[in-house]
Amino acid sequence: MGKSKQIDRRWLFLLIFFGVALPLIFTIGLPLETTKNVQMVYDLVDSMPKGSKALISFDYDPASMPELHPMAKALVKHCFDKDINLIFTAMWPMGVQMVDDIINQLKDDYPDLNYGEDYVNLGFKAGAMITIQSMGKNFREVFPKDMNGNSIDELPIMDGINNFSNIGFVFSLSAGAPGIKEWVQIAHDAYGRPTSGGCTGVSAPAMLPYINEQKQLTGLLAGLKAAAEYELLINTPGTATSGMDAQSIAHLIILIFIAIGNINYWRDKKAGKKGGK
Amino acid sequence: MEQFFATLGIWLGALFTFAIFSFLYKDNPFYKTAEQIFVGLSAGYWFVYTVFSILIPNLYDPLTQDFSTNWIKIIPAILGIMMLMRLIPKTEWVSRFPISVVIGTTSGVFFLRYLKSDVLNQLTATMINPFAGENWVIVIGQIMLIVGTICGVIYFYFSKKHTGVLGVSAKIGIYFLMVSFGAAFGYTAMARISLLIGRLQFLLGDWLGIIQP
Repeated sequence: MGKSKQIDRRWLFLLIFFGVALPLIFTIGLPLETTKNVQMVYDLVDSMPKGSKALISFDYDPASMPELHPMAKALVKHCFDKDINLIFTAMWPMGVQMVDDIINQLKDDYPDLNYGEDYVNLGFKAGAMITIQSMGKNFREVFPKDMNGNSIDELPIMDGINNFSNIGFVFSLSAGAPGIKEWVQIAHDAYGRPTSGGCTGVSAPAMLPYINEQKQLTGLLAGLKAAAEYELLINTPGTATSGMDAQSIAHLIILIFIAIGNINYWRDKKAGKKGGK
Repeated sequence: MEQFFATLGIWLGALFTFAIFSFLYKDNPFYKTAEQIFVGLSAGYWFVYTVFSILIPNLYDPLTQDFSTNWIKIIPAILGIMMLMRLIPKTEWVSRFPISVVIGTTSGVFFLRYLKSDVLNQLTATMINPFAGENWVIVIGQIMLIVGTICGVIYFYFSKKHTGVLGVSAKIGIYFLMVSFGAAFGYTAMARISLLIGRLQFLLGDWLGIIQP
């Protein structure tokens, strides 16, 4: 069978490298449109009355920062703009540091926000689904103190929060398990709270079936593109928006090489048939 | 001093990034060194994190501060010690008891949750009137949802030979599965490129200062 000459894969790596690096330096500004799932998340946050409380769980670590951190920042900013009080938790140990980093990035924009009144970081708790289930029964038993050691009875933001019933919505920023799936199973399916999430691109196909007639999941931010869309919706372009040109060029290169690979495969197959005759 | 360590951190981050990227050319000592340092650091970090973020706040503190209320935590502590006995070949069998407790409780909790969320609610979500959509795009989408779900499930029905109507349905099911695999591949490609973008934003922004970090 005749075989097309194959290029060294390292050339492809180099091409992808420059295909990503150059659009980051020389911005093209390719158009970006909002998709339905992202709009649903935006509408959910936007529909919350002033002073309502939301629970945001940071279920990821630095390995997923490029995808999840921009959407976390955009979401938290949107919530602060809407005067929604935020209760942060983490089902992943390093989620605690992720919360701190987002707050540090935003604190200059919101100098009037007070810890314990407008937001609180309850920290990490081991136990995954069991922990979430216990939060639904008695919040204070799972998190008697915040991550700084303050009793949550002394924090004004926690007034009236005994379980999920006084939480406006639950949002999980998830890089795997425990993450969105567990929050859907408990917060929405067991306690009926509106639940939404943001996840890495890899885990998005497993989460999409939860966006259905039952509204198990209210919208989904999937990967860097969704983060860029959210930044667009809140009129605050950030790292996700600036990365979208590079993302599009890299996808174009991949598509071209998939096409070349398939054409070569087809030609080899045809040449093999002819040779067989 | 703080500024010095911040700069040092950025330079170390950049050097380790290049060391890991060098594997794309071929395996080399720089890659191996970076890999070994990462593994060692991770093991050390997680050990310390487990002790200080899980064992001490959830076991040691409750038992030493209020034993009468928290004495029940001794049971999981004993199960934990039994689990560690698998490190000694002669007492390895003891670890089977805590493992059986973990498997039993996990399957009990997960069975109920998954049955409700991943079976009953997902089934209910497909029991819709497909023609009740606001426009024809939604109607077609709903028809595809129902057809795709039924044909996909038929493909995994192995108690009858896939011939006739069953064969055609299974074939349609395969096409739906192919589309879902394609979507999964697309999302994976996007995710990997996103990680590269993150690294390059660090190199070009935080390290070289060519772009705004």
